[in-house]
Amino acid sequence: MMAIVRKEFRRFFTDRRMVLSVLLLPGLMIYLIYSFIGSAATDFLTTNEDYVPVIYAVNLPDSVAELSSQADVEIQPAEADQAAEIKTQIAEKSADLLAIFPEGFDKQVSLAMAGNTQDYTPPRVELYYNSTKIESNSMYALLQTELNDYRDASFTLFTVNPGEQSYDLVTEESATSFMLASLLPMLLMLFLFTGSMSVAPESIVGEKERGTIATLLVTPMRRWELALGKIVSISCIALLSGLSSFIGIMLSLPKLIGIEGPSTQLSNTAATMYAPVDYLMLLAVVFSTVLLFVGLISIISAYAKTVKEANTLVTPLMIVVMLVGVTVMFSQSATTNLMLYLIPAYNSVQVIVGILSFSYQPLFVAITVLTNVLAAGICVFILTRMFNSEKVMFSR
Amino acid sequence: MREILRAESLSKTFKLSTKQQRIEHTKQRVRTAVDQLSFSAYEGEIFGLLGPNGAGKTTTLRMLATLIKPDAGDALIDGYSIRSQPEVVRSRIAFLTSELKLEDFFTPDYLFDFFSNLHAVDPIVARQRKQRLFERFGIDEFAQVKVGDLSSGMKQKASLVISLVHDPAIIIFDEPTNGLDVITAKVVTDFLSELRDQGKTIILSTHIFSLVEKLCDRIGVIINGQMIVCDSLVNVAQDQSLEDRFFELYLKATKDSRSGDAA
Repeated sequence: MMAIVRKEFRRFFTDRRMVLSVLLLPGLMIYLIYSFIGSAATDFLTTNEDYVPVIYAVNLPDSVAELSSQADVEIQPAEADQAAEIKTQIAEKSADLLAIFPEGFDKQVSLAMAGNTQDYTPPRVELYYNSTKIESNSMYALLQTELNDYRDASFTLFTVNPGEQSYDLVTEESATSFMLASLLPMLLMLFLFTGSMSVAPESIVGEKERGTIATLLVTPMRRWELALGKIVSISCIALLSGLSSFIGIMLSLPKLIGIEGPSTQLSNTAATMYAPVDYLMLLAVVFSTVLLFVGLISIISAYAKTVKEANTLVTPLMIVVMLVGVTVMFSQSATTNLMLYLIPAYNSVQVIVGILSFSYQPLFVAITVLTNVLAAGICVFILTRMFNSEKVMFSR
Repeated sequence: MREILRAESLSKTFKLSTKQQRIEHTKQRVRTAVDQLSFSAYEGEIFGLLGPNGAGKTTTLRMLATLIKPDAGDALIDGYSIRSQPEVVRSRIAFLTSELKLEDFFTPDYLFDFFSNLHAVDPIVARQRKQRLFERFGIDEFAQVKVGDLSSGMKQKASLVISLVHDPAIIIFDEPTNGLDVITAKVVTDFLSELRDQGKTIILSTHIFSLVEKLCDRIGVIINGQMIVCDSLVNVAQDQSLEDRFFELYLKATKDSRSGDAA
């Protein structure tokens, strides 16, 4: 069996193209693509600093004009009969905002502030903007906030969070772990699966297609040694491939979610906040999951007649795995239902969530690893049977 | 002479797909590829299975090599059953066919070591054997060249050498000279004679009469999965050339089977 493992490793690691395409490319691609998406999204949401927004106001009250000049926003006064024209300009994106105040806005407000609410009708302010233009959107948000603040300052019933300080008492660790726990399980499952997919079919159905597996089958080596050797060696390579993708995402994550500061800050936080034992647990779970994935893909590959067919047949399985990963994206923590940890792959996702959010139970980790290894063992058994079957190995 | 291989009523059928049934205008669901085949081969001889395409030669050899299992019957190789002790059988035979390929990525040198390892050959013995065989076939120059970059003749020689890593007592060879130029073919046939002289047993299949006449001590003629005759070359050919004798047997066999079908 070790001879098979060594051969598979040699086949893989001495082939520069394979190493490049399976180990380096996924990580690099993911890093580049996600960094690009991240910075593109950041660019999209930030306006050009030199941009001078074009804002018009009908019946601009002095109070609002003063507020705006404090916020460095220049509002140009406009007449009521220009409103239709300005609206067209906004629709065509050559103007950003039109505010229409009722006449005597300040007077009404001061009446009410003086406690004279008898003749008071709340003035109606209309803000016209274009949601597809970023500057227009941000000016709308800015003016709306200003007006709201002005209103709150005028009639204070009560205030909520008025100060400058941060009221969110979350620690950086738990914010990071929360985010990781919701995102990573799905990504991990996906990368491990695609990692397995990039090696297993080639190694099983590829050898069958090229007629090299029959050469192995006429040696006295036991079929189970071949099956186990293949699954173990492919799993190691798949794990490395998944790791490559994983490093790629960890490095690009800060850019992707637009965290300020040095781009390694998040990965540093993530790297230091988990103890070595957490990483060991994670590795155990991940490796048992890879064994299972490789086992399943190997069976499908052994059944298929060509590498292409194998890849097609594996796709539905990948969708299932992704769905399993998605199930935890919106849940807050891992389940405590013991029975659920007996479901291969699903248990992995749950345990990963648990580990990442500091709430795992060693028992569940153990059950998960055992279940997955057992399931992989069943895969080895089935694969052995398939290697023994002339229908599977020599069908045309 | 010691009997080293005995096939007893080996039978193998294949299921026909509906498409195959349509192409061949038949309603039969199964095709009998090998029909109750029995024969023996003795130590130190070259035994040839002679027959037209589709007669069941390759299927018979694959059953002997334990790649496929017979539906009925059994064969004993060096006393071990191909049905119940396939691993032991595999350690005693070499099986060579154009279907069994070497991985293009590796070098003959590495593959020789790899298969020696799978056959659990002692490393020192394996090294000596490798040196001897590589020299004998001129592979030593190409030992570090990837199999994929070798010429087809050199590939065939590498396959032959690597199939012999464990110094097997029986060599099963399907169509030994197929696709080889005359020079490489001669190297292979000369080597087979040499192996016989060393006391090995060689079972080969072919449809080339000259090859049989040149190499084989005993032959079995297979037509439609049945052993028509099995005897020494001289006894089978009688006074005719092997080719004439074969056509006589072939016509008789196909006539018999047609009249059998009619009845």
